[in-house]
Amino acid sequence: MSQLTKETLVLNMGPQHPATHGVLRLILELEGEVILGVEPVIGYLHTGFEKEMETRTYHQNIVFPPRIEYLATFIEEQAYVLAVEKLLGITAPKRAEVIRLILAELSRIASHLVYLGTAAIDLNVTSLLMYCFRDREEILDIFEMVSGQRMMHGYFRIGGLQWDLPEGFAERVQRFLEDVPRRLDEYEALLTDNLIWRKRTEGVAVLSAEDAIRYGCTGPVLRGSGVSYDVRKAFPYGGYADYSFDVPLGTNGDAFDRYRVRMEEMRQSRRIILQALQGLPGGPVLVDDRKVALPPRRELVRSMEAVIHQFKLVSEGIHPPAGEVYAAVESPRGEKGYYIVSDGSNRPVRVRVRSASFNNLQALPVMLHRGTVGDVVVAIASIDIVLGDVDR
Amino acid sequence: MTRPEDVLVQRLGEAVVGQIRFRDEVTLVVARERILQALEAARDMGFRLLTDLTAVDRHPAQPRFDVVYLLTSVEPPAWVRLMVHLAADQTAPSATSLWPGANWLEREVFDLFGIRFDGHPDLRRILMPDDWEGHPLRKDYPLVEEPVEFRGHTPKVPSQIIPTSKPRHA
Repeated sequence: MSQLTKETLVLNMGPQHPATHGVLRLILELEGEVILGVEPVIGYLHTGFEKEMETRTYHQNIVFPPRIEYLATFIEEQAYVLAVEKLLGITAPKRAEVIRLILAELSRIASHLVYLGTAAIDLNVTSLLMYCFRDREEILDIFEMVSGQRMMHGYFRIGGLQWDLPEGFAERVQRFLEDVPRRLDEYEALLTDNLIWRKRTEGVAVLSAEDAIRYGCTGPVLRGSGVSYDVRKAFPYGGYADYSFDVPLGTNGDAFDRYRVRMEEMRQSRRIILQALQGLPGGPVLVDDRKVALPPRRELVRSMEAVIHQFKLVSEGIHPPAGEVYAAVESPRGEKGYYIVSDGSNRPVRVRVRSASFNNLQALPVMLHRGTVGDVVVAIASIDIVLGDVDR
Repeated sequence: MTRPEDVLVQRLGEAVVGQIRFRDEVTLVVARERILQALEAARDMGFRLLTDLTAVDRHPAQPRFDVVYLLTSVEPPAWVRLMVHLAADQTAPSATSLWPGANWLEREVFDLFGIRFDGHPDLRRILMPDDWEGHPLRKDYPLVEEPVEFRGHTPKVPSQIIPTSKPRHA
């Protein structure tokens, strides 16, 4: 009998499992209900984006970022164009910068709503998923109005934006944001005051601040453990220095704290967008640099020079100087960085996508150590991974 | 104000064999034998977060590979980039003894570039299938179409519609 109790059970979970939020496989080593070891097996969504980006010009590459992290599309585009702009040594016009920031913060709300809905449905709160996706749909409608696409926008350009905002954008965003606090309060009432939700998340999937740093975690996972590190505050980019907002922190580093951090981040995003809409400047949305941005359509019928520039940009692309840059943004999952190496030709030598989900997922075995099987889905949901971002 | 990388350069002395400055970013090139020591010194200086660990293939230039470390300090906010040059047959020391988070990052570099890390506890492929041959992010690893089952078609690089131009700002 004593021989039997010492045996451990190896359980395979995934890769096709509804609670893994994508195609993730976990090999669990169990002693009864208790988890002794977890080994995440990744790579099922590896699509070789980094290799593909080496074979295309800087402009062509804009299509890839939103496909890597498909829940926070504008933030991903922002990260890529900021890196290329840094490489070129240019900055987008102020108006373009503020519009990017508004869309990025809307993306953050949309992404956190998906987190909330899927984290809740993992614990059988079915109705919340519907509410969250309803709200996210309103944001995607706004995105469609701006860029023509709900998700894979390709709206940001190196040096600015594809075109200016449509009429009625500000009113529509404002109308949506007016209702956000009430809705968030409702969702919190459903969860925060719910005994089952609290028992399933409090003290579950705990990650200490020390471990979070040792594993290179960023975003709500790191902040849930009480470490105040937000790229928007630490290394302000894209105009974030102009707005006031708070960085919510957790104390215990459990799934409940990560949930609280994300709820508060949505409120802070709303605060940023409202400030940005107030101070939305006029002016152009694309730099006036003919070696970087396409000339306006109306010039093409009047100026031979404009036609030549158009031809060179379309048939060859941009030629940044040789060098290497790293530009990071705060994505809903943490620090998302693009490290681009250029040799001076029209395509990058290397594009490295620093993904927050990859590092955060690595801390999963630490979170689950000596936890129970039932906590696995809670832990995965609380990291809020996007497998496209993990595997790239 | 003294920049954090200048403090680090002072502390490391001759371990730093070069500095690359571009667009207000500094890359410290460290001798291969001294890189672990340099990483540890940087970590103890406050760069406690190993944000990224990756590689660049400079093929056909020599030395072929660069392994790049990006370290971040949370308070005060700062980051520093360290780099090691490696010849095609050289290995790098593993940083897993300093950061357990380096485990997957080094596995990814091994998987995609074929660079080996000495002292890594579990150096296996991570993104590609276990039985995959070759290392996809190497420059001599071709990116071609899948072969098709009919005649009269030569596989080509699908995305090279626009040819690569010569470097402009040499």
